[in-house]
Amino acid sequence: MSMQRRDFLKLLGVSTLVGGTGGGALFNVLKPGAVEASSGAGFKSTSGKTWAMVVDTGKFTPDQYRKCIKACHREHNVPDFGNPKDEIKWIWTDDFEHSFPGAGHEFMDEELETLPFVLMCNHCEKPACVRVCPTQATFKRASDGIVVMDPHRCIGCRFCMAACPFGARSFNWRDPRKGGFPMVNGKPVIPNPEYPTRTKGVVEKCTFCPERLAVGKEPACVEATEGSGALVFGNLEDKRSEVRRILAHNYTIQRKPELGTNPRVFYVIGG
Amino acid sequence: MLDKAISGSRTYWAWLGFLSLISAAGFIAYLFQFNYGLGLTGMSRDVTWGFYIAQFTFLVGVAASAVMLVIPYYLHDYKKFGKIVILGEFLAVSAVSMCILFIFVDLGQPMRVMNVVLHPTPNSVMFWDMIVLSGYLGLNIVIGWHTLHAEKKGVAPSAWLKPLIYLSIPWAVSIHTVTAFLYAGIPGRHLWLTAIMAARFLASAFAAGPALLILLSLIVRNVSKFDPGKEPLQTLGKIVTYAMTANVFFFLLEVFTAFYSGIPSHQHSLQYLFFGLEGHNALVPWMWSAAALAIISLTLLITPGLKKNEDILGIACITVFVSTWIDKGMGLVVGGFIPNPMERVTEYTPTFPEVLITLGIWAIGFLILSVLYKVAISVREELAGN
Repeated sequence: MSMQRRDFLKLLGVSTLVGGTGGGALFNVLKPGAVEASSGAGFKSTSGKTWAMVVDTGKFTPDQYRKCIKACHREHNVPDFGNPKDEIKWIWTDDFEHSFPGAGHEFMDEELETLPFVLMCNHCEKPACVRVCPTQATFKRASDGIVVMDPHRCIGCRFCMAACPFGARSFNWRDPRKGGFPMVNGKPVIPNPEYPTRTKGVVEKCTFCPERLAVGKEPACVEATEGSGALVFGNLEDKRSEVRRILAHNYTIQRKPELGTNPRVFYVIGG
Repeated sequence: MLDKAISGSRTYWAWLGFLSLISAAGFIAYLFQFNYGLGLTGMSRDVTWGFYIAQFTFLVGVAASAVMLVIPYYLHDYKKFGKIVILGEFLAVSAVSMCILFIFVDLGQPMRVMNVVLHPTPNSVMFWDMIVLSGYLGLNIVIGWHTLHAEKKGVAPSAWLKPLIYLSIPWAVSIHTVTAFLYAGIPGRHLWLTAIMAARFLASAFAAGPALLILLSLIVRNVSKFDPGKEPLQTLGKIVTYAMTANVFFFLLEVFTAFYSGIPSHQHSLQYLFFGLEGHNALVPWMWSAAALAIISLTLLITPGLKKNEDILGIACITVFVSTWIDKGMGLVVGGFIPNPMERVTEYTPTFPEVLITLGIWAIGFLILSVLYKVAISVREELAGN
């Protein structure tokens, strides 16, 4: 807790004197900001920035799902081997039941039940993948809380894949340059020459595009749905940010909140 | 002492040759995997650990069997184990060597394995597993070799060895506990997220390890002049009985919690393993075989007087070994991944190269075991001859 017990009691006493009732004072002390200040003690970025994403599924057009997945996978040279066994994906869609296991029921709104939800790495506040990695090849960036990968350090033990409760991680079961991209004249056509391809035997996942953030751009998937408000990216620590505004005024859920990883990707339900 | 390993009968050399052939085949298969990547195995995005990690997990258990000899012999002064303690220690050396190899072949980037040491990460259970496994390997090599050497010379082992022997007892427990923590500390894998995991690991280990030790002792008696004796094997049989009973009991506790609580996510993996899920049932025959073997083993072990017959004891040990191998290997490791965290079912079957690599590592393990046992047995035969 950022507020000392002593200060809290003092404040409570003062408010009681001023306001007359302790109950009212308690209500005042625990205004939204105060709760966050005390409960969000797990991670504090060094720069006052914690990136987060809000997914507003109702605002997606069928075309946009495809567009944002394609934009991400092209941008990051995510290979496509054309079979589920070697599959690598950074961002994908699934229905409600498989996006939020255990959260639905048999009589739920049919539209919600069949709606595709965009899924990606949750950039958790307390990521299980980071906790288990034996080499710190995957780590949480202190400056903005995103969970990134150093593919050069990864030994390919896949402990992070076992640990991630969201299936956000993929493994290079084989060399992506051999079969992961279309071939022309015996050479793979790499979609984005500006971005490295990976080697076989390492894990990869959505990174929230640090290379784009560094030059002031939004993540590739967000850019691909620009103007629609389907994907909104922003700073969770900035009260006036768009993500905070949406979270404050809509019913939003996280995936598997009961596991305590505290995902930084939020889903607007019934927007 | 090592010279004993290179002077043996024709059968000894033929056996070593046979094991070398299998390990060579495994090595060639590994070269293919090294070149192509782990895509050569049956593993996928959903089932990311398979046959290799299953063997690793099982063999960590076998490695700890030594402690079931060390505790009675050194702590309770149970002299009858004096002759076979060395067999347990050398079995541990062989089992841990296999464990390390199974981890190695499972790595996507094996050439970077030293990153675990270069970037030590205490919050990772795998980091601690590396420490406890290599420590246990070292302890058993030093203790086993030194006691045998002293025995050969007809002197008491050096005084500095005693603390190491005592240290090896909690250390054996630690390799199990830490390996169980690899699984038991992961959120969102319901089959693994259970506080009783380490206890289950210890129980199945103290069943499987001593069972293998009994079988090895029976073989040693047949192929050499060294006789481990009848009574130590009977005592080991009792240890196997208690441990296997606890193992089955612990498993039933899991079943109770999952099904009486009625929480679907806690039942899915068990349902998949024993009845199949959404039409997928690759492991069902395996799991029922494991269950049947467990029942047979307990019947043979618990029925009064039956295990006094060494043939029956041997059969009981085989059933214990195979049952725990299926249950703790494929059942526990692969079962944990099915269904996946999004509750979709992707199955796993090891491929031919994967099986070949696995057999190769088992062959290397038995090669190490044979050479070490040869040394130990030759020393014993020599002493008996004098």
